[in-house]
Amino acid sequence: MHTATTHAPSHGHAHGGAHDHHEPGFWSKYIFSTDHKMIGIQYGITSLIFLFFGFLLMLAMRQQLAYPGKALPIVGQFLAKTLGDDMAKDGVMQADLYNAFGAMHGTIMVFLAIVPLAFGAFGNYVTPLQIGAPDMAFPRLNMASYHLYFWGGAVMLASFFIPGGAAKSGWTSYSPLATLADRDHLVNGQTLWLIGMVLLITSSLLGAVNFITTIIQLRAKGMTWMRLPFFVWAQFVTGFLLLLAFPPLEAAGLMQLADNVLKTSFFLPTGLVTNAGPVPVSGGGSPLLWQYLFWFLAHPEVYVLILPAMGVVSEIIANNTRKPLWGYKSMVYAALGIGFLAFIVWAHHMYLTGMGTKISTFFQTTTMMISIPSVIILTALFISLWGGSIRFNTPMLFALAFLPMFGIGGLTGLPLGFNASDIYLHDSYYVIGHFHYVVAPGTIFGLFAGVYFWYPKATGRYMSEILGKIHFAGSFLCMNLIFAPMFVQGLKGMSRRMYDGGSTYFGNGVDPAILDLNKTITHSAILLGLFQIPFIVNFFLSLWNGKKVESDNPWQATTLDWQTPTPPPHGNFATEPVVYRGPYEYSVPGASKDFIQQGQPG
Amino acid sequence: MEIPYTVKPRPDTGLYNAKVGIWLFLASEVMLFGALFSSYILLRVGALDGFWPDVATAWPHGLLNIPIGTFNTAVLIISSVTVVMAWAALKAGNFAKFQKFMMVTLVCALGFLCIKSYEYNEKFTHYVIRLKDGTAVTGHLDIDGHSPRFWTLDTVTAKKLASVKVHVDVPNQFRYPVGMKRPEVAHEGGAHAEHAAREIKTSDITFLQAFVPATGTFFAIYFTMTFLHGLHVLGGALVLGYFTFFGKKMWETDPERLTNRIEVGGLFWHFVDLVWIFLFPVMYLL
Repeated sequence: MHTATTHAPSHGHAHGGAHDHHEPGFWSKYIFSTDHKMIGIQYGITSLIFLFFGFLLMLAMRQQLAYPGKALPIVGQFLAKTLGDDMAKDGVMQADLYNAFGAMHGTIMVFLAIVPLAFGAFGNYVTPLQIGAPDMAFPRLNMASYHLYFWGGAVMLASFFIPGGAAKSGWTSYSPLATLADRDHLVNGQTLWLIGMVLLITSSLLGAVNFITTIIQLRAKGMTWMRLPFFVWAQFVTGFLLLLAFPPLEAAGLMQLADNVLKTSFFLPTGLVTNAGPVPVSGGGSPLLWQYLFWFLAHPEVYVLILPAMGVVSEIIANNTRKPLWGYKSMVYAALGIGFLAFIVWAHHMYLTGMGTKISTFFQTTTMMISIPSVIILTALFISLWGGSIRFNTPMLFALAFLPMFGIGGLTGLPLGFNASDIYLHDSYYVIGHFHYVVAPGTIFGLFAGVYFWYPKATGRYMSEILGKIHFAGSFLCMNLIFAPMFVQGLKGMSRRMYDGGSTYFGNGVDPAILDLNKTITHSAILLGLFQIPFIVNFFLSLWNGKKVESDNPWQATTLDWQTPTPPPHGNFATEPVVYRGPYEYSVPGASKDFIQQGQPG
Repeated sequence: MEIPYTVKPRPDTGLYNAKVGIWLFLASEVMLFGALFSSYILLRVGALDGFWPDVATAWPHGLLNIPIGTFNTAVLIISSVTVVMAWAALKAGNFAKFQKFMMVTLVCALGFLCIKSYEYNEKFTHYVIRLKDGTAVTGHLDIDGHSPRFWTLDTVTAKKLASVKVHVDVPNQFRYPVGMKRPEVAHEGGAHAEHAAREIKTSDITFLQAFVPATGTFFAIYFTMTFLHGLHVLGGALVLGYFTFFGKKMWETDPERLTNRIEVGGLFWHFVDLVWIFLFPVMYLL
């Protein structure tokens, strides 16, 4: 900062010579920013756009499931024109398009929407503020993370428009399917998917290194480990999950890229035959190897999705119950336990590969074990509500809804963790219902809560409470109308990944009500989309019309992020913060106010 | 507020920021190469019984040039020593000495990559050929005195060659791991059989391919891992080279920062060396 000031004249900014600070231009302020808050906002906006785009892909798929073989309204003709007859003949979604949308919906939601929003946006914006740091430890690395993420996303989006279309083999990209789909195109959707993933993984790795270093090194004076807000702990564990789980997928991605481009056989077995005859490869590879490497990432990834949301929810619950979190220390240890156990449960996704009863039993056991720390955190949050005088503002409503929604998502996972019941439920709509309950009304609600909660800090204005409550009520209702029926469909045996909603396999003589549920789900999904309009309007209009905050600490919160000027300037704190107490000193008996900030001496 | 501990260590952790960062990064690198080594194990354990190249998916042995690999190992170890000495020179305040040692490191890095490229080229001109009678031979093609790279059967038929001249390897050369006693095999051509030229009719050939990644899972994992390792060597050399040639300015303004950067770069360099220490026995000897 000081060097920038002294060098300012040589930069040749003729105007504003009287300004004390060198005002960065548009590019260095908004695009190539190294300020953690701007990068957080970049991540936030990009990932919210991807979230919406991923949702639109799903709406098109849901339309096809409810009304198979009928032209898609509104976008049908557009898709037919841009993507061609193979994908959308006469505006009707073809199997290839359904598969491409399905694969890209999963990929976009997980890698381009939720993780960047939870880790990139909230982590970047809030973590340095909460630990009392001026910025991340490596600001330029932070910028590189965002740019790699952006280009990874751009590659993913570009893949829709190349010959053969985007990747079609699910977000899991199992070999040999992923390698053989579109093999006649040298550069096909799967190739771009892998290149995009390598960029995204590199971005996450740099981010993880940065976050962990920041939390270890840049804690303010007095900010001991057990004085860290739970949000920071959640980000810390998330950082380790990304750091150690992503590289094996990067290795797997490189190997699948070799399989696709160099025609190697890492994941292609000997004697592989398709409709077109024997596949001309050397063979000798193992399809299971891909699954092991993929799920070694993808199960910890589940906790990458959920832990930051738990962190957000914990902050909001403590703040709005005006009580300390119940069992803060057990929550911290539980988060660390999740972090460790997350690495040894991955093969519960693979019970049906015939990997043997002994290994199945091992992974079944660890899977049951990991539910314990998850339940500890959830229970602690529930008990935190007990006896509180709760403020039901919009962030709190979303945070409260997170608890039962994540609870349903978690509990419905248990039958999938037992290998006996998984044999029946595997690959059915039950699985879809389960993990969407965790991620959609779970994580996304947690993140919405965070947007409403930290918006006043980032902009100096509140978001509208009325629009917020409409957004909440509508989303809460629709989420349940969408995902609860999927449990029923799955239990009745309806398979996932069928582009006609299973009517070919399922329609004859089977209870038609199960297929009719597709319509209920689709209509609810459209309604859910409509209920996001208040949020989008609220998000932008509040920038200008929102009620201005009365102070730097509008929610009367205790943590350091509310001790900064609003919005926080470059460098964050006016004076170096010193921490004197734990993160949740609410309603301390004998205190003059019902909260004591961490930086308040005495 | 400025970002603290960019140069000076934080008292309670005893580390400056970049040192924490590089150790974390190396942890992720361990997972990256760990996944690849695990894949090597799984592919090798899953390889079919029998002998390569007679059984296409069996695991070949002794394909790689051990003397050259040993030499390259030594080159990397020397570079790891000199990178420490370069750092020590900076600690002692001697920039010229730092540059000298770092130059040795860079020459080693370049040498390593050149030797590796030579080895790659050797593989790309080496062929496995399967014949109609079910046998397989390996050797070098001889097309009018040239030894072509990357040919396949399609190349041969496209060039309308009625037959190809092949300098055939000793039969059963790739059957046994290093150190295992090889049974005496009687073969035609006597002591000079190694480079016995043999004319093979194109119509007899069912399969012809250079030693490229697609030739088998051994080749696939060998090329993937050594190429990724080579990229690490290249990246490390570029960073260290940058500080060697353009570090003077930082040395004059902030010597401790430059010393820290060399320490961090050196840690990365040791890791790259360490990966090779595992790669060499796994790929060349076992």
